[in-house]
Amino acid sequence: MIINGVTIDATFAEAFPMKATRAIITAQNEKWAMISAQAMTGFATSVIACGCEAGIERTLSTDETPDGRPGVAIMIFAMGGKGLAKQLETRAGQCVLTSPTSALFAGIDSDIKIPLGKNLRYFGDGFQVAKVISGKRYWRIPVMDGEFLTEATTGQVSAVGGGNFLVLAESQPQALAACEAAIEEMRKIPNVIMPFPGGVVRSGSKVGSKYKSLNASTNDAFCPTLKGATKTDLSPEIESVMEIVIDGLTKEDIAKAMRVGIQAVCDLGAANGIKRISAGNYGGKLGPFHFHLQEIMA
Amino acid sequence: MSALTFTLKHRPDQRVDMSPLVCHQLKELALADIAALILQSGKRKLRVDELFTIDGSDTQNIVIKNSVDNLDFIGKELEGGSITIEGNAGAYLGFGMKAGKIKVSGNAELYAACEMKKGYLEIGGNAGDFLGAALPGNKMGMKGGTILVKGNVGERAGDHMRRGNILIEGNVGDYCGSRMTAGTIAVMGQTGRYLGYAMRRGTLLLWNQPQLSASFNDCGAHTLAFLPILFASFKSLNSKFSDASIAFNRVRRYAGDMSEIGRGEVLVRL
Repeated sequence: MIINGVTIDATFAEAFPMKATRAIITAQNEKWAMISAQAMTGFATSVIACGCEAGIERTLSTDETPDGRPGVAIMIFAMGGKGLAKQLETRAGQCVLTSPTSALFAGIDSDIKIPLGKNLRYFGDGFQVAKVISGKRYWRIPVMDGEFLTEATTGQVSAVGGGNFLVLAESQPQALAACEAAIEEMRKIPNVIMPFPGGVVRSGSKVGSKYKSLNASTNDAFCPTLKGATKTDLSPEIESVMEIVIDGLTKEDIAKAMRVGIQAVCDLGAANGIKRISAGNYGGKLGPFHFHLQEIMA
Repeated sequence: MSALTFTLKHRPDQRVDMSPLVCHQLKELALADIAALILQSGKRKLRVDELFTIDGSDTQNIVIKNSVDNLDFIGKELEGGSITIEGNAGAYLGFGMKAGKIKVSGNAELYAACEMKKGYLEIGGNAGDFLGAALPGNKMGMKGGTILVKGNVGERAGDHMRRGNILIEGNVGDYCGSRMTAGTIAVMGQTGRYLGYAMRRGTLLLWNQPQLSASFNDCGAHTLAFLPILFASFKSLNSKFSDASIAFNRVRRYAGDMSEIGRGEVLVRL
């Protein structure tokens, strides 16, 4: 398959099941809601070493938030429910509770509830106040700038992590420009996050390593400087490869995001140095969800 | 199906215990069975059809017409459905109700919504003393749900209240929120003496400056983030409380009762 001079490989991205949650952070203005959201989703690019993958889903207008202030929706993904709950609580406590004027609310409903502010309330040292409003429990925790308002719990849902595609370009600036265009479009899709810095990862990994202590290592088949030194997947004109990783609530959400992202890259086309779209395919070792690129773009 | 309607034939001489006439107890009964149910009135036992003419068949939607203030225990431990009372209600209206809706167009006597657990109670007129309170000797009053009173309320509203909302459009008597453990009482009108007497936790939300006892301490003026959420939850009510123009988030906060644990609060609109 070729779109605007860009070859779409007959391959598939592999993804795996994860547990996910969404939270809504509000503040006095969008600037401070965003600062808090960025802190909460920081150091959360990959479960390989961060414990979770997190990102900003979108900004919310005043009529979309529970308290009528500007807000940001963030999503956190982890390999299991226990890990997710721990990451959510730690991050809420250190990044949102501490952030001036912030408030924190559940962003997703589910039968499985995980603590959001339920345990943060103990920071109130006995001065915390619970309020049950319309069946939801909130905690008001006195802090130095006033009161930190947080919902007690949020929902935990089953989700999919690790959807991806690779952008193969003739130069590094062209690969990055294409990925930036893709991310801009993908951020408009609900229920997904792209957890890497700016949504783009330049160090895609393969499963395993020659070193026993590592379970992931550089994807040498796509490293342009190793074209003559390893079993490469790159043709001679490829000088740079970048990857976009997507976590989403459902397989369909990821497929939708991949489609608009790949389309944005292809719109730049061969004229802008984009040669191929491929995907992280690990022969079925990584996960049960397979996203066939050509089917997605059909 | 039309509402199951009980129309009172004449005012009973003695107080009547109306607790058998609740939606969940009438569910499986035919009209004749309902008519034959026994109601206690003083020391007499009366058939339902001695007191009421009965029409309609929808047992989950009960209407009591020509109701007077000696019909007690209407909607006792209601588990669902709705009861509409045209006229006044006696004591213990909605006593221990667990779900559903009760609406009374007139006044309610003592102990309305006493030990209520969940559901919605609307009183179009005034309510007597001990609204949403605990029975004498009990430690736990209202535990959930919402009470809306469009008129005035007597003394000891929310005594020993544990959770839920009491919304009062009019004035409230002395000892409002006394011995409260938690929950919210909102009063648009004036409040009486000894407001929040011995309250432990909970919120008294007021539109007018109260006369506070010395055991409530001024914590200053604040903008509180939970208030817009609280007011938004009143939007669906048929009440002044649903009017967005009456909502506020700027209050003066008084902590008390300091003679108790002092974790309660009186919030007064600024």
